[in-house]
Amino acid sequence: MTDSYVVSIDQGTTSTRCIVFDRRGNLVSVAQREHQQHFPRPGWVEHDALEIWRNVGKVVPRALAEAGIVAGQVAAIGIANQRESTVVWDRRTGAPVAPAIIWQDTRTDALVETLAQAPGAEDVRERCGLPLTTYFSGPKLRWLLDHTPGLYERADRGEVLFGTMESWLIWNLTGGPDGGLHLTDVTNASRTMLMDLRTLAWHPDLLAFFGIPAAMLPEIRSSSEVYGTATAVLPGVRIAAALGDQQAALFGQTCFAPGDAKCTYGTGSFLLLNTGTEPVHSSHGLLTTVGYQIGGQPAVYALEGSIAITGSLVQWFRDRLELISTAPEIETLARTVDDNGGCYIVPAFSGLFAPHWRSEARGLIVGLTSYITKGHLARAVLEATGWQTREVVDAMNADSGLALTALRVDGGMTANNLLMQFVADVLAVPVVRPMVAETVSLGAAYAAGLAVGYWPDLEGLRSNWHLAARWVPKMDDAVRAEERDNWQRAVERTFDWIKPGARAGNA
Amino acid sequence: MSNTVAAAEMPLAFRPMPGQVQSIARAAAILRLLASSSGRLGIGEIARSLDLPKGTAHGIVRTLQDVGFVEQDKTSGKYQLGAALLHLGTSYLDVNELRSRSINWADPLAARSGEAVRIGTLLDGKVLVVHHVFRPDDTLQTLDVGSLLPPHATAIGKVLLAYDVGAANTVMQGEPEPYTRRTVVTARTLSQALTKIRENGWGAEIEEMTLGEAGIAAPIRGYGGLVVGAIGLSGPVDRVCDGQGQPRPTLVAYVRDAARAVSRDLGAARW
Repeated sequence: MTDSYVVSIDQGTTSTRCIVFDRRGNLVSVAQREHQQHFPRPGWVEHDALEIWRNVGKVVPRALAEAGIVAGQVAAIGIANQRESTVVWDRRTGAPVAPAIIWQDTRTDALVETLAQAPGAEDVRERCGLPLTTYFSGPKLRWLLDHTPGLYERADRGEVLFGTMESWLIWNLTGGPDGGLHLTDVTNASRTMLMDLRTLAWHPDLLAFFGIPAAMLPEIRSSSEVYGTATAVLPGVRIAAALGDQQAALFGQTCFAPGDAKCTYGTGSFLLLNTGTEPVHSSHGLLTTVGYQIGGQPAVYALEGSIAITGSLVQWFRDRLELISTAPEIETLARTVDDNGGCYIVPAFSGLFAPHWRSEARGLIVGLTSYITKGHLARAVLEATGWQTREVVDAMNADSGLALTALRVDGGMTANNLLMQFVADVLAVPVVRPMVAETVSLGAAYAAGLAVGYWPDLEGLRSNWHLAARWVPKMDDAVRAEERDNWQRAVERTFDWIKPGARAGNA
Repeated sequence: MSNTVAAAEMPLAFRPMPGQVQSIARAAAILRLLASSSGRLGIGEIARSLDLPKGTAHGIVRTLQDVGFVEQDKTSGKYQLGAALLHLGTSYLDVNELRSRSINWADPLAARSGEAVRIGTLLDGKVLVVHHVFRPDDTLQTLDVGSLLPPHATAIGKVLLAYDVGAANTVMQGEPEPYTRRTVVTARTLSQALTKIRENGWGAEIEEMTLGEAGIAAPIRGYGGLVVGAIGLSGPVDRVCDGQGQPRPTLVAYVRDAARAVSRDLGAARW
């Protein structure tokens, strides 16, 4: 018998990757393709959903070829995806009606302010677990309906479909206009602001509040079950999992027990804490979200702290300031100096996310003196990620009543040793990295493999988790306290930068 | 056009002498042209100046761009000399870049082999540990990224020396420290060991640094086949070696596969 494998597709913010995993959860091959980021106006971020779909068609065969396997050896496909990014497409032609609005996009600023004053706004958070901000799909979808002539009527007649990226890909993988399945999973649905967290169904009051026609919404399914069989890209292979990328990472880190937490360092960074089968509401600015649901079992909930700008600050440093030519070089540059030289960068590029939720804040560099070199700026870039992690951990400790004892990390930035040491230093707890850094893809693969019996149970998955690296805190307590105070003062200076009703160009 | 002045000084229709590689001669001419030009040049301008077909000029410029000797301006699409030319004498691959590019292959090597994995490069005659993956048994281990290892007594070090004549000579001229009875300390035995590594494409160390410990390593190659680092595993000698005291062939294959995968990622075509 030839070996079989699980394929995961990670449709991320900057690229689409396909990874082939073997039975022990080892990475066998990986193929990746970046897609274009469109910034048509300040605060706007768009992707071409068709480009993304074409990239899936390129990376999947490439990953299989590199692994030296054929479609017949693939036991299942799992999908992990950038969350909240909103696609609306024509059911008949398969063409998107507008560019996809990406999660970082803040065009719905004014809309969100209006909605916050509308009747029923006070019940939204209790029902869906999320605060009213530009981040989630509901406002983005409403914006598209408001700004595309005739779209509301077409949506109401079911001629156009809404989905986040996993819906868009599953629909295309299963035939597109020719019988494509229109569905989403509980984790992605929990990011729309349209789903009732307890019943895991679209809530009529939320649909009414946001003005969304039910006819355009996908069917909500669990995160781990056979949804259907692919007819494109990998014909005949079962599609057996979909999770939002951060939930996929929680799953890939095998955070199956209440109290388990992980942080994924990518474009943005996301700290998720498993809270068990009951949703916990936050009083410290965290989100309540669905962690995962396996088939017909009860859903597992999570508290989430989302940090908008971490890896993307490094990208900005590389692409906009052009002070480095590759992202890893930031560590080399940062190591040319011993400390930040008194300089702090608060990357509130599209406002601040958890735990502040200040959409009117904008980024700043503070503490500049003639002493500061690009090395200090590189340090400040990395330290911003460390301090933002600390803020979220503080909020999580307060909400859950437990003190974090170690942080499981993953994502591309875990290759940055200086950063991981700094995170351990500012959290004052060890930071641990698992053997497979690609936990987003691994989580999607795990969920898909579970659904088709490729892996027997959660315990079997847990035994695949092994420690690859561990950073222990070394920072002096007094230094930590002083730096933390400086960081907090820097953050306060970003507040209230955007005035209400400011011209779009200044937003 | 200011470029025509520079172009007039260039040899037109370069005819190579027997035994010369024409494209290298042309590449050198393109670099000289760019160096003498006051501004950036487009492909058409380069091709006209050297009397080359545009497609030929484009192929050479693209290759020069891949190795970092030429850079393309994003907005105008024109070319200029690349930053890598200015840093020819220094290490061309940033060590943090090397870690970032190899992390996905070092992890599976540790998982498959069950042993600790390290990636190293040479720094001032020592092996700098660039990346370290723990042995996957969840025991307490300490991250030693940034530490320095002796090149003559480690598998990674010997592999790096095998492909760096200058560093190997320096080690042999010094007095390599004998850590154990089996440490290679004479110039002759070290030279033989390095030759064997080049023949095999991998190297090993058996109780040459610490009694009871052994390691296996293979070279990581970058663009053009240049060795930019080495990846290796290490562990108890009875797990790393077979009954005959030889490195286990399966482990050797894992190490070489990982080295090849990283090399492919770095743009080495043949490895």
